Amino acid sequence: MTQNADTLIIGGREFTSRLMVGTGKYASFEQTARALEISGAQIITVAVRRVNLDRSKESLLDYIDLKKYTLLPNTAGCYTADDAVRTCRLAREAGMSDFVKLEVLGDEKTLFPDNEELLKAAKILVAEGFTVLPYCSDDVIVCKKLEDLGCAAVMPLGAPIGSGLGIRNPYNIRIILENVTVPVIVDAGVGSASDAAIAMELGCAGVLMNTAIAGAQDPIAMAEAMKLAVIAGRLSFKAGRIPRKLYANASSPLDGMSG
Amino acid sequence: MKIMLNGDFVETAEGSTVELLLLQLDISRERVAVELNADIIPKADYEKQLLCDGDRIEIVHFVGGG
Repeated sequence: MTQNADTLIIGGREFTSRLMVGTGKYASFEQTARALEISGAQIITVAVRRVNLDRSKESLLDYIDLKKYTLLPNTAGCYTADDAVRTCRLAREAGMSDFVKLEVLGDEKTLFPDNEELLKAAKILVAEGFTVLPYCSDDVIVCKKLEDLGCAAVMPLGAPIGSGLGIRNPYNIRIILENVTVPVIVDAGVGSASDAAIAMELGCAGVLMNTAIAGAQDPIAMAEAMKLAVIAGRLSFKAGRIPRKLYANASSPLDGMSG
Repeated sequence: MKIMLNGDFVETAEGSTVELLLLQLDISRERVAVELNADIIPKADYEKQLLCDGDRIEIVHFVGGG
């Protein structure tokens, strides 16, 4: 890796890709593997569930080159701090890594985070040495508290999980970006490539998505679109956009017109 | 003896260990986590961890998810 590379550092690990993708909802394990490959993602989320004792022992991990990806186990489906902490401990035992995507949900209909339980769980997990990446509300106060507790990043939602509504409150994301120093990763809500680009143009360190790719009509093509959108959005952010102006400003010189 | 495995009662031999249970189920120990009566059993203890009648065992692994 070159010294000037625009890398993302989380929990002491360096990543060149700023797109993180989930592994749920694909039509097949082959499709999952192909979409991950095309997306260029280096961090991929997984869920922790009971081994199915009745069916084939075939598992997602049989299709994925674990040397290429950092697994980020999630606590999806957990509604209390206790459940989430238990899931993280199981994940660490199963995966031998301290990285966890911590989510503690408040309600089945919205899947919005229960920030009170989230903070409780984050505190315990940080103390146990986990690298905690919490899915949280787009609320700067919550994000600052998570940062103060020692979380390695904050992951505010752009819109409800799986909704595809995009970044509904870019101003909240901007306020978060101005007030925390850990990486800010938009997690949830992205629907299309332009949504991912907007998150990156705001200055986010990365974007995490699942449904936007897995649920697209052509998940493989969407995985590529998201990869390019995150790169383009990042370059655009770093390049520094022009100020918005209400009136025109000619691009061609006014001097030297003939006639 | 009977143990509760992932929510269902199953029959297993007296003197069985976590290691033997995984073998019986043809589950590779590398990518799973095992919980015995709500305590996680470290992989290093699978061989010596005996199971008792009525034990509640959870075996989990990674599946696709966001």
